[in-house]
Amino acid sequence: MTTRIVELRRGILKKNDELAAGLRASYAAAGVLVLNLVSSPGTGKTAFLEWTLTELRKRGVRVAALVGDLETDNDARRLASSGAPVRQINTHGICHLDAEMIGKHLDGWELADLDYLFIENVGNLVCPSSYDLGEAIRVVMLSVTEGEDKPLKYPTMFNSADAAVITKMDLAVPCGFDRWAALKNINEIRPGIRIFETSVKSGVGLEEWLGYLKEKREGRG
Amino acid sequence: MHELSIVSSVVDTVTESLAAYPGARVVEVRLRVGALASVVRESLEFCYGIAAEGTALEGSRLVINVLPVVMHCEKCGEDVELEGVQSFRCPRCGEPCFDLRQGRELEIDSIEIEDSKEAA
Repeated sequence: MTTRIVELRRGILKKNDELAAGLRASYAAAGVLVLNLVSSPGTGKTAFLEWTLTELRKRGVRVAALVGDLETDNDARRLASSGAPVRQINTHGICHLDAEMIGKHLDGWELADLDYLFIENVGNLVCPSSYDLGEAIRVVMLSVTEGEDKPLKYPTMFNSADAAVITKMDLAVPCGFDRWAALKNINEIRPGIRIFETSVKSGVGLEEWLGYLKEKREGRG
Repeated sequence: MHELSIVSSVVDTVTESLAAYPGARVVEVRLRVGALASVVRESLEFCYGIAAEGTALEGSRLVINVLPVVMHCEKCGEDVELEGVQSFRCPRCGEPCFDLRQGRELEIDSIEIEDSKEAA
């Protein structure tokens, strides 16, 4: 009995990558800037996004959001209070969003009527890093309560991000947050990345964040 | 955590490619996995046995070739291999590196198959 080698050279996530490429093309054709927000559970993605959606709508900017969660629609209900169109994606145990889920949940939305589409991923700093959703910008988030070494523990996610947002800066002092260590660690894993130090409670860093969104939308960044 | 879905995709892809080799049995599947691919070798191996059950891949070996991260160092003007994933600086000159050239791969490289008796 003889055996032989067959070269395959196939990407394991090829199907997702192809779907993501299709989504990326349709986002570009519609002129909508798509951001994928990733973090651990409890970082404050939903609070941050709720503020962002509400504030952008006040300024007449057209926004929508898709929000991933294992089981509940709590986050979608919270985000909907901003007045923006929001859809929940329940993954039922799957630890990440993939391009197919995004494509299905965009059905019926006119992308050309949007300036920004935000995707809040499932709270997880591991698996979502492998799944391209066609986004233009991947935003990795960490809160001051999580520890400054998070970038070193999850290098794949931090290295694949385009921007980093530190949340809950109002708690930095009581938590003994070592700001310099956090900034250094982020830069060690993703040199030169834009970092926003924010708090939706105190308002710090948020104007800068909105400025960044505008810059990216206008293609200046 | 998503290793089961990854190996399931491996099993599906290999099964599809076997259409060209009727009756063949898979002996070995070789993967190329970058050091930044966020998958755990042990979990892949554990899940592989489960995903392969009842398919032409059942009982086959999974060989995982881990690829180190390679960055392009602008200062040195060369591609450099990183020793780990805790610092994205050039190991020669110490400058930060921005341009990743290798390390996120998640690919099926090749398979080793045993042709069926009839075909042979």
